[in-house]
Amino acid sequence: MSDRPRRDPLPEGEGRREKTFREIGKRRPLVDARGKVTGEAVYTDDLKLPGMLVGKVLRSPVAHARIVRLDTSRAEAIPGVRAVATARDSAVSFGVLPLSHDETAFAVDKVRFVGDQVAAVAADDEEIALEALAAIDVGYEELRPFLEPEDSLAEVPPELKIWPKTRYASNLFKAVDQSFGDVDAAIAGAKVSIRRQFEFIGVTHAFTEPHCVIAHQDTEERLTVWSATQVPHYLHRALAEVMQMPMHRIRVVRPAVGGAFGGKSDPFPHEMAAALLSRKCRRPVKILFDREEVFYSNHGRHPTKQDVTIAVGNDHAIAAYDIKALIDGGAWGSFGIITTYYNGVLSVGPYRVPNFRYGGKRVYTNKTPCGAMRGHGAVNTRFAVECVLDEVCEGLGEDPIEFRIRNALPPFCTTVNGFRITSNGIVQCLERARERSGWRDKFQKLPYGRGIGVGCGFYISGSALPIHWEKMPQSTVHLKVDFDGGVTVHSLAAEIGQGSDTVLAQCVCEVLGLPLARVRVRSQDSDTAPVDLGSYSSRVTFMAGNAARRAAEQLRDQVVRAAARLTGYPWEGFVLEDERAIFAPNPRVTVTWDDAVKEALHESGALIAKGHYQGPPKMGGTHKGAAAGLAPSYSFSAFVAEVEVDKETGAVRCTHVWAAHDCGRALNPVAVEGQIEGCVHMGLGQALMEEFPYNRGAVLNPNLLDYRTVPPRQVPKVEVLIVETDDPEGPFGAKEAGEGPILPIAPAVANAVYDAVGVRMRRLPMTPDRVYEAMLARARAGARGRARAT
Amino acid sequence: MDAKIAKPPKPARVVARLRVNGRDVEPAVRPYDVLLDVLREDLNLTGTKRGCDMGTCGCCTVLLDGRPALSCLTLALEAEGREITTVEGVRGKDGSLHAVQACFEACGGSQCGFCTPGFIMTSVALLDRNPRPSEAEVRTAISGNVCRCTGYVKIVEAIGKAAEMRAAGTRE
Repeated sequence: MSDRPRRDPLPEGEGRREKTFREIGKRRPLVDARGKVTGEAVYTDDLKLPGMLVGKVLRSPVAHARIVRLDTSRAEAIPGVRAVATARDSAVSFGVLPLSHDETAFAVDKVRFVGDQVAAVAADDEEIALEALAAIDVGYEELRPFLEPEDSLAEVPPELKIWPKTRYASNLFKAVDQSFGDVDAAIAGAKVSIRRQFEFIGVTHAFTEPHCVIAHQDTEERLTVWSATQVPHYLHRALAEVMQMPMHRIRVVRPAVGGAFGGKSDPFPHEMAAALLSRKCRRPVKILFDREEVFYSNHGRHPTKQDVTIAVGNDHAIAAYDIKALIDGGAWGSFGIITTYYNGVLSVGPYRVPNFRYGGKRVYTNKTPCGAMRGHGAVNTRFAVECVLDEVCEGLGEDPIEFRIRNALPPFCTTVNGFRITSNGIVQCLERARERSGWRDKFQKLPYGRGIGVGCGFYISGSALPIHWEKMPQSTVHLKVDFDGGVTVHSLAAEIGQGSDTVLAQCVCEVLGLPLARVRVRSQDSDTAPVDLGSYSSRVTFMAGNAARRAAEQLRDQVVRAAARLTGYPWEGFVLEDERAIFAPNPRVTVTWDDAVKEALHESGALIAKGHYQGPPKMGGTHKGAAAGLAPSYSFSAFVAEVEVDKETGAVRCTHVWAAHDCGRALNPVAVEGQIEGCVHMGLGQALMEEFPYNRGAVLNPNLLDYRTVPPRQVPKVEVLIVETDDPEGPFGAKEAGEGPILPIAPAVANAVYDAVGVRMRRLPMTPDRVYEAMLARARAGARGRARAT
Repeated sequence: MDAKIAKPPKPARVVARLRVNGRDVEPAVRPYDVLLDVLREDLNLTGTKRGCDMGTCGCCTVLLDGRPALSCLTLALEAEGREITTVEGVRGKDGSLHAVQACFEACGGSQCGFCTPGFIMTSVALLDRNPRPSEAEVRTAISGNVCRCTGYVKIVEAIGKAAEMRAAGTRE
């Protein structure tokens, strides 16, 4: 009944926004920040359970090998060792996508990368556990490792297939071929057509909290798993498969999570290992990764090679994109099917692209698994496209911002591959970034060594179709009000630092006219929370926010009906504001929130409500893969970056970023700014210094000293420019802000480097040695390209 | 992990006489136990976080005699005779937040919060020895602490606000 949006009876026109919203749009500290600044917040490793054991994992030291011997008897005999688990305890395969179940709790018959999980022990303390690991005897017969993605495309005998059950004759994981319009004709008839190759090394999330899990299968045959996860529901499903238990006997609890960024969005083998160990000894088992193990677990951004052609017609409009990608997936599938599509399809915005072709291949290699990382699948292609567009503009003699504005997709349109675009603030983003950055006075006008560049972004705000093709809603929220007058929000949307608890509380308070202090969000426990698919694909604000708003609207109806009963006035006239029900036609008629709640409870004994978000009805194309990248709405962004390049060393320093992002509506500007600033930091790291290199399959820098992130002194001045477009489907008009803003930063910096010193950097990261070499090469070649006094 | 290496005998536990957050405690520790383990496992002071165990992330920062120290690289016995302060020890006697805590909360200086206790301790020490730091001084002071959520923007802002608040003599 209350699932349709309602509006408060307030006048339209100027000032409406301020009058309409009481909680939405306010600068609020995150509702869980207090516990975090005091150290009270409880993360998984902070939990201690009676009888809890220490679990440790034995990992493969080789990249690709058959396991010819696995003897755990000596380990099991050590006093204080309570359980040892191997693939003999479970060989059930699982994976986050139903279509690619290629992971197991422990390596079955063969290991697939350095760090692959072979066995695990549970012991009374850490020292005994480590001693037990050393006592496990494993014999490896090494196989040829596949370390370069090109090698994985070749046909191989079955024993050299990294995932033995793959349906291909090679180590190919997924191939995508899509074509819309006539790309060849568009390129043939183009005024300018530029083809370039790009290379990206892998990067990883580097969240501060290492993975941690506690599992306890008790004597009542119930399994409880506490884990640092951003998708409790997928973990719940995978546990049911691996443990061969019904879901209703499994409880997943998500304590506070110390950062995730996509790196905690797969169900993991160590979670299965803890559960299997606990089943064997019936005691709680905690597995906490050390930092090196976090790097072996990886699931970061895929190393990729991109080949991009962009054609522009005589009218200076984009005529075609032709994109090829070779994607190095590492040892497992993870989200890889989606990654393979996203590398192509998420480049169809924010510009009009009438002809589009994409050929993408993701392969298995004997390296750590790659997966979803902030901006999943879109970041590398975005870099390539935005850099080629910069070259196109130079070839046409066009200003890169003006060109982008003229080629921008309009709001409410459909892309060539069938994406339904709703609200779209790309033009406002570009205009505001141009204005605030002083672009016109700087572009091509700064002295040698200083430069300015632009890049844009386009990202999904949730996936229109869920991973599991079921009729279940994407998000459900339950509300409960009891005699204390507080509102409990039950949801399984995972708070991972992005502020999802705060968003849910704000959406509920807005509808009910309550202060945040009245609301408590319980989003940790699968026993009490209705299903939400989790914190990935930038879906929580949009989907759980909508579900929370609808639940609150249902609750509002119950409260105002109670107020009507108490006062005798018709319920339709009541609004909820300032912890009161107010009869709008005569505002002197009021009932306090507490009185109205008591009246409502008196009638029913319970004041509960639910709301859900299902996703829009069938939309998109009918071609294979049409659902990939299809979202109920999209975010848009445009960044301008200013850099200084050291002429002696090639070191790039980004000094300023003007970061304009269309998030529909900023439900909480503090949180939106925090997301955008974090994106700038993480994206700048990939642009300038982050890399995940291997030597013969072993990660070379598995620690936070050698895996360098941008340190505080090298963070640019970031000016966040929030653009609001009031999306028709988002809760109170909101869209995502957590991932899209990572897309523009790297290309904006690369284009600024070109403006500064005239070199095109097509390989990330842009380390000083690479930039310096490019500058040398340019000097040797006689400084073709832009004339600029040196 | 070579199983053939002979296992050395475990040294006996000894009593460490520690003063933590103004309280004398006497946990029994192995000589090689680091302060982080003793704080978290023996004293249940879990506000101090374990991010890397090798001195690279700053999540385990505590104060030793008022100066920031990495508790994962400090032996518990080294801390004897020194004033140890953890995030649990910076609030006022009435439970009120330290200015640094209040500003981290208000400014959005904490997102996932895992690095936050370390940053709080580093910031408290900074403001105690340099009440009005420049922005560059703030950035230098926090260079041993890794944050992956905020890009340090709101952290730097929060420390600046805390300095102002303390200069104005208000301790929230």
